[in-house]
Amino acid sequence: MASYILKRVLSSLVSLFIVSIVIFSMMHGVPGGPFDADKMPLSPAEKEKILKMYSLDKPLYVQYLDFMWNAMHLRFGKSYQSPGEEIPQLIGRTLPVSALLGGLGLAYAIPLGLFLGAFAARKPNSFADYLCTALASYTISVPVYVSGIFLVLVFSLGLHWFPTGGFAGPKTWIMPAIAYGLFPLGIIARYTRSSMLEVLNEPYILTARSKGLSEWRLMRHHVLRNALIPILTIMLPMFAGIMTGSIFVEQVFRIPGLGGYFVSSIYKRDYPLEMTLMLFITVALALTFLLIDVLYAIVDPRIRLGNKAEKS
Amino acid sequence: MIAQQLPLARSLEVWSYYRKNRLAVAGLTVLLILLASAVFAPFITPAGYADQKYLHEINAFPSFQHFFGVDNVGRDYFSRVIYGIRVSFLVGFATALIALFIGVPLGAVAGYLAGAVDWIVMRLIETFSVIPPLLVAILFVTLFGSGLQNVIIILSLVSWMDVCRLVRGEVMSLKEREYALAARAIGVGPTRLLFRHLMPNALAPIIIGMVLCVPNAIMLEAMLSFLGIGVNPPTPSWGQMVSESLYYVQFYWFLTFFPALFLAVTVLSLSFVGDGIRDAMDPKLRGRR
Repeated sequence: MASYILKRVLSSLVSLFIVSIVIFSMMHGVPGGPFDADKMPLSPAEKEKILKMYSLDKPLYVQYLDFMWNAMHLRFGKSYQSPGEEIPQLIGRTLPVSALLGGLGLAYAIPLGLFLGAFAARKPNSFADYLCTALASYTISVPVYVSGIFLVLVFSLGLHWFPTGGFAGPKTWIMPAIAYGLFPLGIIARYTRSSMLEVLNEPYILTARSKGLSEWRLMRHHVLRNALIPILTIMLPMFAGIMTGSIFVEQVFRIPGLGGYFVSSIYKRDYPLEMTLMLFITVALALTFLLIDVLYAIVDPRIRLGNKAEKS
Repeated sequence: MIAQQLPLARSLEVWSYYRKNRLAVAGLTVLLILLASAVFAPFITPAGYADQKYLHEINAFPSFQHFFGVDNVGRDYFSRVIYGIRVSFLVGFATALIALFIGVPLGAVAGYLAGAVDWIVMRLIETFSVIPPLLVAILFVTLFGSGLQNVIIILSLVSWMDVCRLVRGEVMSLKEREYALAARAIGVGPTRLLFRHLMPNALAPIIIGMVLCVPNAIMLEAMLSFLGIGVNPPTPSWGQMVSESLYYVQFYWFLTFFPALFLAVTVLSLSFVGDGIRDAMDPKLRGRR
């Protein structure tokens, strides 16, 4: 197990390195730069001064090595968009906002999704199944901002229950949290349904039924336990996804979260922030995938890590 | 596939399964209505999508003259929303088609040759699947610039993986069949074997990959346009119309509501149709994505 984890950590580091090079070269490969006249009207002398200040006049590989060296020492520099604070400060200010809403969203989406999926799987092709499938399709295929707008139109403008946006107290959290949870809700419901249907067709379920087990015991001990394993795989990355997934929710409800910076750092050519955020999410996702594999081995004794012959 | 079925008979069989799925039939009906409105847009709309003909009625609420009202620069909103169907469908189908041209050959070659080629293709798929497609698309937009054509190309670059994976799996199993062995035994070369014998039998995953790609592409376009980096104005794109009118949603709700509604209905019915086709063509894939 330990050697497997070590191997996985090393391979994650390699992919982190590859991602950093790809992002860095794509970022600088685009013609133009962050201090061009269309973004900031500066005189040539001032522009030169700023380029020098941010070391943008050095050769690219020096810039890359500098950034990586500093990043390894947890120095990420300052964002061009928000030069008053260090990048970790910026993340420390905005990530808790996104995490709060995302966490609230997942807090209702996970149990409800599991319930809906299990409910639909119990009676395939029934009305309840159709309803769950339709709901899952809606939340997966319709962009989250559309649902956000429907929420605003109904609950803010129609019923006047909640304010249309902003971030001030629990009353403003409810609608963004609901909007945020919709996508995970649909995915979890859909996976739970198909995963449970698959388990229900296994011979050991027939055996359990013929033993005369009660439906509740069958569901709890034989179906859900086995069905949960694949669901785990899709559920964990959602926690990392909180960071990027909230771009649209934050835009619709005017919330000062981290999501928007993923987009603006790219098209405003905010190099340090773009690199930091991309590495941040890659690390988060890599850790999640590592965690999934380890959890898999713990939850499912059939899986033996590091042994390719048995892993399929 | 034991005996080669006639295409017509196969289509009828698929249709007989498809017909039983009520959601899919409803989706198809809505889709046909949308398609008809897109084709006959000039006949059912009072003005072109960029005509500022109603400057004296700016921000007028929905009425019998203007079903969806008038926007803030004097354009009939119904016309813009209806012409938006054309843009969405163009993006969806063109993206799916190009993604097919990337994903099918890659998947077929990877599945057929296996070994190192397969390894490379699988790593490529993995890399593209790990980073959220939206972020990759935004990076590509900064690289190539926005606009309808570029958006289609960029979206196909981030959506070829599913069909590639499906085709790869299918070819891997098909190449072990007896008829493939028989073809090889009588001296059929690998290229001919792959494209004449295996690919026609891998039609199901190709079609399934394509129909599932269409709603996804439309959704991604709507997301890019919502962020202001998709299709350029004045081309009507629902995502852009929503984001532009979001600031006035408290006053002119209809400017946000109608494009959002059309977007939701279109994507939803497309995905019902896609799921329906998938379930009808390949019961093995039922319920999976």
